[in-house]
Amino acid sequence: MKTRREMLSSGAKLAALMASVGLLPATAMADWNKVAFDAKTLAEAVKGLGGGAPVASKDVTITGPDIAENGAVVPVGASTTLAGVKQLALMVEKNPNALAAVFNVTDAVEPSVSTRVKMGQSSNVFAVAIMNDGKVYYAQKEIKVTLGGCGG
Amino acid sequence: MKHLITSAAVAALAFASVGTGFAQDATKGIEEYRKMLEDGNPAELFEMKGEELWKQKRGPKQASLEKCDLGKGPGVVKGAFVELPRYFADTGRVQDLESRLVTCMGTLQGFNEEEIKKTPFGRGEMANVTALATWIATASRGMRFNLPTAHPEERRFYELGKRAFFYRAGPHDFSCAACHAQENIRIRLQDLPNLTKNPGDGVGFAAWPAYRVSNGQMWSMQLRLNDCYRQQRFPYPGFASDVTIALGSYMGINAKGAASIAPAIKR
Amino acid sequence: MADPMRIRAQVTGDKATVRVLMSHEMETGQRKDSAGKTIPAWFIQEVTVAHNGKNVLTAQWGPAVSKNPFMQCVVKGAKAGDKIAVTWVDNKGDKRTDEATVS
Repeated sequence: MKTRREMLSSGAKLAALMASVGLLPATAMADWNKVAFDAKTLAEAVKGLGGGAPVASKDVTITGPDIAENGAVVPVGASTTLAGVKQLALMVEKNPNALAAVFNVTDAVEPSVSTRVKMGQSSNVFAVAIMNDGKVYYAQKEIKVTLGGCGG
Repeated sequence: MKHLITSAAVAALAFASVGTGFAQDATKGIEEYRKMLEDGNPAELFEMKGEELWKQKRGPKQASLEKCDLGKGPGVVKGAFVELPRYFADTGRVQDLESRLVTCMGTLQGFNEEEIKKTPFGRGEMANVTALATWIATASRGMRFNLPTAHPEERRFYELGKRAFFYRAGPHDFSCAACHAQENIRIRLQDLPNLTKNPGDGVGFAAWPAYRVSNGQMWSMQLRLNDCYRQQRFPYPGFASDVTIALGSYMGINAKGAASIAPAIKR
Repeated sequence: MADPMRIRAQVTGDKATVRVLMSHEMETGQRKDSAGKTIPAWFIQEVTVAHNGKNVLTAQWGPAVSKNPFMQCVVKGAKAGDKIAVTWVDNKGDKRTDEATVS
């Protein structure tokens, strides 16, 4: 029997194969940063987004609950008080692929975004700010994922 | 060194409060999580769809549901949810929100009511019934449950529902009451409401329809009951069958005075 | 065609908070159906937020964003009556745009 991780990785290979033979629409894939989204680790994901070595910073904030009742929907947010931010990314360390979402920030919006992500298990979650000069700052927070009961 | 001392203090504190401490912290954490999800409940997507379906001319008769009588007169939506199930003279039956909607879809729009009732949850016209129910529930948000009990049939359904609630059967010798007739019990981290009385604002009957985050589905009360039956290892109760409506009457009348938060968001 | 989005844009001071709910499966490509067959990945890859026709935020998402996605951002200088349009494109090439008026 295959382990979960092996199955996941063969799934990714299949997707890559399908993409290479044109089974997935090329137009939709064109601008999407496949390298960053396929990355297994935080470091690879940051590299894939074009950032340098990440540095912890008090000027970056990650928001989220301490405990998530269900890993299927975990509210998380990233913001920074730093000027010159190009991208804000949300990453989940223990997910099969670390990068969940990346927002390209312009001067017309506040450098503060939030969404909801899936988490396979309890993990550190990262808000990553990639600056115009390529520097990378981050904040992290541990979010515990619990199992639910049977009712509601 | 300082770090070590801090960890030791934290450990001691954790140890001192072991038992109820963890459960309380976890409960607080879960409450915070639920609160975060309330703003932007995906139920709003179903609510939007329901409102559109209500006004749209559909079905063989190409009619809207705007003349549907949900108990407060044709077309009256606000406040209808917190007074259902109730007796309807035109059908001669006690009906809950969903069965009433199916009646209106049949009489006003010409849909085949039996076909709708046989459709699985989340599909075709059944998905539309759920969306409609979500929108109608939203229109009574914050209002308090006050089911009518003047008609003998309404009282009969309450008694029937009570019997169904306490009826023990199946391979596990289970009943609704096995999980929902006591205070302060839970399964893992989920508190189980006592549905034999008013369990409080927005709890139990006053929270459905609800969006389930675990599967990303909108769950109506009929589906909720259906799943309770599955969990009890009972046979499928049948959509809009008397027993499901009677259970609604029982829980709804017990919930008198509870404020509705439907559509809620659930784990 | 995909169901409409729910967009709310509310002014606070000299900016507007934009909250968006999208109707999408966000299938990861890692789940199997009851027959043991892998359910293919199907998820929103790109999201664009425009203020009065000008793009102010673009995002790229992976399949780890939750089903029926929610997103919030804050648009500077948005006033009551302004238009906020949101567009998503998924990995199958489906797209949807909806617009809301800032209130």
